Amino acid sequence: MAKEYLTIKEVVGPLVLVDEITEGVKYDELVELRLPNGETRRGKVLEIDRELVLVQLFESSTGINIYDSRVRFLGKGIDLAVSQDLLGRVFDGLGKPIDGGPRVLPEKRMDINGAPINPYARDYPSEFIQTGISVIDGLNTLVRGQKLPIFSGAGLPHPQIAAQVARQARVLGKEEEFAVVFGAMGITFEESDYFISDFRRTGAIDRAILFINLADDPTIERLATPRMALTAAEFLAFDHGMHVLVILSDMTNYCEALREVSAARKEVPGRRGYPGYMYTDLASIYERAGRIKGKKGSITLMPILTMPEDDKTHPIPDLTGYITEGQIILNRQLHKKGIYPPIDVLPSLSRLKDKGIGKDKTREDHSDLFNQLFAAYARGKETQELAVILGEAALSDADRLFFAFADRFEAEYICQNENEERSIEETLDLGWKLLRMLPKAELKRVRQAYIEKYLKAQEK
Amino acid sequence: MEDNAKQGVITKVSGPLIIASGMQGARMYDVVRVSEKRLVGEIIELRGDNVSVQVYEETAGLGPGEPVFNTGRPLSVELGPGLIQSIYDGIQRPLDIIREKTGDHITRGIDIPALDRKKKWGFIPLVKVGDVISAGDILGEVQETPVINHRILAQRSGVIEDIKEGEFTITETIAVVRTDSKAEEIQMLQHWPVRKERPYHKKLSPNIPLITGQRIVDTFFPIARGGTSCIPGPFGSGKTVFQHALSKWCDAQVIIYCGCGERGNEMTDVLMEFPELDDPRTGEKLIKRTVLIANTSDMPVAAREASVYTAITIAEYFRDMGYIVSLMADSTSRWAEAMREMSGRLEEMPGEEGYPAYLPTRIAKFYERAGKVACLGSDNREGSLSVIGAISPPGGDLSDPVVQATLKVVQVFWSLEDRLAYERHFPAINWLTSYSLYIDNLKDYFKEAIGKDWTLMQQEAMTILQKESELKEIARLVGIDALSIPDRLILETAKSIREDFLHQNAFHEIDGYTSFAKQYKMLKLIIEFHHERGKAIERGISFDALTSLKVEEEIARAKYIPEKRLGDFDKIEANLVAQVKSLRRKDG
Repeated sequence: MAKEYLTIKEVVGPLVLVDEITEGVKYDELVELRLPNGETRRGKVLEIDRELVLVQLFESSTGINIYDSRVRFLGKGIDLAVSQDLLGRVFDGLGKPIDGGPRVLPEKRMDINGAPINPYARDYPSEFIQTGISVIDGLNTLVRGQKLPIFSGAGLPHPQIAAQVARQARVLGKEEEFAVVFGAMGITFEESDYFISDFRRTGAIDRAILFINLADDPTIERLATPRMALTAAEFLAFDHGMHVLVILSDMTNYCEALREVSAARKEVPGRRGYPGYMYTDLASIYERAGRIKGKKGSITLMPILTMPEDDKTHPIPDLTGYITEGQIILNRQLHKKGIYPPIDVLPSLSRLKDKGIGKDKTREDHSDLFNQLFAAYARGKETQELAVILGEAALSDADRLFFAFADRFEAEYICQNENEERSIEETLDLGWKLLRMLPKAELKRVRQAYIEKYLKAQEK
Repeated sequence: MEDNAKQGVITKVSGPLIIASGMQGARMYDVVRVSEKRLVGEIIELRGDNVSVQVYEETAGLGPGEPVFNTGRPLSVELGPGLIQSIYDGIQRPLDIIREKTGDHITRGIDIPALDRKKKWGFIPLVKVGDVISAGDILGEVQETPVINHRILAQRSGVIEDIKEGEFTITETIAVVRTDSKAEEIQMLQHWPVRKERPYHKKLSPNIPLITGQRIVDTFFPIARGGTSCIPGPFGSGKTVFQHALSKWCDAQVIIYCGCGERGNEMTDVLMEFPELDDPRTGEKLIKRTVLIANTSDMPVAAREASVYTAITIAEYFRDMGYIVSLMADSTSRWAEAMREMSGRLEEMPGEEGYPAYLPTRIAKFYERAGKVACLGSDNREGSLSVIGAISPPGGDLSDPVVQATLKVVQVFWSLEDRLAYERHFPAINWLTSYSLYIDNLKDYFKEAIGKDWTLMQQEAMTILQKESELKEIARLVGIDALSIPDRLILETAKSIREDFLHQNAFHEIDGYTSFAKQYKMLKLIIEFHHERGKAIERGISFDALTSLKVEEEIARAKYIPEKRLGDFDKIEANLVAQVKSLRRKDG
């Protein structure tokens, strides 16, 4: 039995300062606090200065007192007991079962912090994932091993989109073992319940692991939740060769927890009070996605974050965008027009799409078609803005066509049903069908051969 | 290399920063080994016998009482044959060997030399016994790759007592040099502290462009060999794609690519693509002239701070051999953030946005290591080192301290804008706000090598683009029909410059790289078309007739003409003149 200390000196927010430490406490070690009423709280060592140890709690500090609470250093980092039995289970943000099921018998224990993937060992993601959502498959193509966040706003339907992706995502022509790991940080009961019941309804729950930290759970616990989820994902992907989709919602709450700890430590704040190391910290989460040479499995990461005031330059979306391989941005105007999914095509981007589309992957015409649709929609939107200023009468005939194209593109291409699953062929053909509205001379971004082959096919 | 006698004890651990006591005689920036795990660290602060150490590896599991060993040496890189084609982390540990030894994830306390000690290299001496040599002279050569002749340089002056030809490892003696008092054995392997600039004879004014094959760069905002440049831009504006394009196509002989705190998959992309791509000049694979430094964002933050120094020291080493070297650092913001993090942990008084007050000094010092130099040595060879740094300002805001500190020292500014990226105008460099201070230096070169009218044409094109932005403002207020016909022609030509010249697809097999000769011809077509149409307007030809010429399409497609068929441009030029002339006959 390890030594117990009764030498707590201060409790400030999520931080506990312990004095007169005599045995070798290690940095980042797991700490257990026992309250006078027998409850335990967990935390980790944040700083050691000779006999003084600063502990950051993962749980609430309510009820901790200075004289009777006991501190124990557990001599190991915070880890997760992993096993394939995790599938189908629901845990709290610290990995304790909350679905009434039995304890998981561990195959092994893994440090939740993981270790950086050697860039030399990475395999470049290039396998197309069909999500059945046109605007993602056609324009912001997701590939296996990618990290593609959804930048959302309060009240926008990101849970529905994430659940739809989780439900429909598949790689063409292959039946492989897949799993979904869901990490919830500070989301509402309703949102969490939506995911759980959606997974139950579709049977996806058997292939899913859920780590749930709700809005009323301790803030500080959120710092561990995404790492728990990714550790479970790494185990499934790299030990068992499964293809894992990790959904983390909501990263904004995670970052706020990070800020809380930073503020409690009186660190020099960076932009908007977030700590200067937030980039590094987020990278240590996001970069765990990917593929490894010679290993079958993969981790595809879809973090969701709500942009405060829909502001893309806010530090959280901004730093996320610098780390992830693209972003899917939701747009409030589209949502209000009743378009689901309200994905804003112009600023959304999948950086890895070029490697995932084309002949043998999706279809030869995909890249050209993408460029053409994008350009035509961009021009249509521009024309619509112009029409607001100058009036529709000022538009040229060609502009009017683009104006109408943008509307139909939103109504038919972007918009689809929550349960509608479009194959990539359907998505591509739909693109060609809409392009028929425009004069052929305007289709400068597609090769003539494709116009002959695909546009003509639509005309029949 | 470790001296276990000098030992201290850890008293404090705070993330990547540890404090150790009992470190008598430690010097600033000495490398230490921390704990029995032998993690690599560097002393960054001295207070009596207590030292602050930034540790280049994850510190979880360290605690007070563990030993700290002083190696007594500053953080250094290994220099010698075997550098090319390597991929290193921020402190020059070979990532490919690490993977072989420890698996797919990076573990701690790895101690693997940067250069292969077993591989034999064919050494050919260029001096003979009895020769008097001075520091920087070339002792001999090793053909490291088909395109890189690795020159072994003398570190001190003296007289050659012995020198051998043959196959040697980098640690075997290849020569004996008598300096003042003693005979010194020379090996191919050398060490150099990363934070110290390598010496040269003198700096020269950069007057030859580094040709990049990127039209907006070469034509409008050229960088000189030995120059400095920065690329700030928000995420999604194509910084990395542009950096990749530059490292693929610029006419440097050696490329050092430093991925500093960026995405892992991007490094993988470079790693998988460069061995496949041909260098347009040598026909060899691009990897044969490249050294990669990869300290991705999830790798330890302190090593990220060191990575740019590791990269630039290796770059200087090749410069000293007389090569044209180019260093790409992506991204210097991550480097600055690493400094900020360490500064915060040291509880230093922060400057702007929490960055340390010495940030501008460090940035200036880094970029000043670039330059065109007369190398040490008696053969008057010249080498150059160009530094191109990407910056990732938060929200694309150029008032960011890193951007501002960088703009004070760099000579070229390529301003990336997400607005252009959304319009799919790539490279998304804003032609109105970017600048190059090298244009005057390079004027003579352009006149000689490209054409007397080049500078004039380039200026005219720039003027047209400037005017376009003014005219667009007016058109937005009063409608395009209110503009005079010559003004509308300017808008037409500006559009052509933007779409047919500036827009360049980095992934297209032909469009990805444009030689200067072709750039000249392309721009000439556009400007000539502008002049011809201008003349036609004077003769009263209607604007509609001028904008429905078939040759417009040919000009637009000119970017896809292969380098081997530049003769096609003459045909287009003839068509252009003839078509505008034919209008004149019909209407006039």
